[in-house]
Amino acid sequence: MKIFIPIYFIIITCLGIWVFQESELSKSMERGKEVYADFCVTCHLDNGEGVAYTFPPLANSDYLTTKRKASIHAIKYGLQGEITVNGTTYNSAMSSMGLEDEEIADVMNYIMNSWGNTQDEMVTSEEVESIEK
Amino acid sequence: MKKSIILGCLFVVMLNCSCAQDPENKVIIPTDPVFDAELFVDDLQIPWGFTFLPDKSLLITEKNGTLIHFSKGKKTTIGNVPEVYQRGQGGLLDVALHPNYEKNGWIYFTYASQEGDEKGGNTALMRAKLKNNGLVEKELLYKAVPNTTKGQHFGSRIVFDNEGYLYFSIGERGDRDVNPQDIKRDGGKIYRIYDDGRIPEDNPFVNVEGAKTAIYSYGHRNPQGLIKHPVTGEVWDHEHGPRGGDEINVIKKGANYGWPLVTYGINYSGTPITDNTTMEGMEQPIHYWVPSIAPSGMAYVTTDTYKNWKGSLLVGSLAFQYLERLQMAGTKVVAREKLMADMGRVRAVKEGPDGLIYVAVEGKGIYKLVPKK
Repeated sequence: MKIFIPIYFIIITCLGIWVFQESELSKSMERGKEVYADFCVTCHLDNGEGVAYTFPPLANSDYLTTKRKASIHAIKYGLQGEITVNGTTYNSAMSSMGLEDEEIADVMNYIMNSWGNTQDEMVTSEEVESIEK
Repeated sequence: MKKSIILGCLFVVMLNCSCAQDPENKVIIPTDPVFDAELFVDDLQIPWGFTFLPDKSLLITEKNGTLIHFSKGKKTTIGNVPEVYQRGQGGLLDVALHPNYEKNGWIYFTYASQEGDEKGGNTALMRAKLKNNGLVEKELLYKAVPNTTKGQHFGSRIVFDNEGYLYFSIGERGDRDVNPQDIKRDGGKIYRIYDDGRIPEDNPFVNVEGAKTAIYSYGHRNPQGLIKHPVTGEVWDHEHGPRGGDEINVIKKGANYGWPLVTYGINYSGTPITDNTTMEGMEQPIHYWVPSIAPSGMAYVTTDTYKNWKGSLLVGSLAFQYLERLQMAGTKVVAREKLMADMGRVRAVKEGPDGLIYVAVEGKGIYKLVPKK
């Protein structure tokens, strides 16, 4: 009994944190979906499929999974020059969209948890803020 | 007898085909291009617009807010440019000279501006003069309201007609169900003003209570091409449609171009916007693109510098990264040609005072098309 009470509280706390984070993430993704529809969809298209050799795909994207910092950097400051996504080379320019840090975190959470992508840890606006030019 | 019935049926089918534009219009890649593309201004990011000064030097707008003077191979950044709202498609947009620039020195440009109390921005038109590599005598001639943090559809191109009226375009700012069909609101419009910003007395909606009286035509989505047709003097635009349904329109006073009530396009998600491609009281485009090329910049070829090009329209494609030549017969597109294939996102195109074509490409610079002998 003595041992049950602390375990009980630990479990409840963990559950609480887990549920809270889940809803944080889903709220962020929800907002991110709006940002996506506003700023990204014209080039990367509705299911993140992109356009072959022109606009790199976000769906099942190795770049997004392995280059988290570079992805945030690209959204925050724009991207110019060659990149390789899923074995294909792209050399197009993406300008900075002028998004706020929170919006960048939201859209990252949306694209990193959609279309076959998975994310270990949610992107926060603090993380976005820490990415310097 | 049987044969004649079949022939009759065939005839009806043929009639149907010849009435509407072939929806999947074909673009041809010429096997023997008539020019070589030579990089004229290098190292530009998003050269949104450019224009030629009388001394043949160039004024170039970079979307990020930099105004560049390019003279004798050297770039100079112009100072005292207004602060631009850099968000989504917004930034420093088009630049144009007054038709009497040599006498009065007025330079016009459009940009996304945060002017006003609300958060966000909207398209503005300013004129200023150039002095010692800086802008002076700045006058804000128009600022669309309200501001919004939406990233889409700022327009915006500037053109003067033969009577000296100034036309400029503003896109519907991502609010298609609210702005384009309402003449009491900005956005989704082509505007006409005097060169000093005054509203012409005969603008179509000057007598409508509460209307934005600078409006000349409405029901537009996002016009990023605007020219004066050098032969007829008409103003023509092209505009980004949704998925499918980019259009070329002849701009008429007070006319409604139908967005979003009529369109040849669909939502990016593939769902329909409307089944209507025509509606009474709404103008039809003279051409529409399926699939969308994402047109930006437009020029009319007035010379014989390039073989068989005279009278053609040139339009940049952002999505497919090439320059398109549309062979015209009056208002009818008779052939399409893909030039500078895979060169990059073509943002602007102009015919220079030397009769040569200049093409601004994102991430590259401005190319000069040198005719092959």
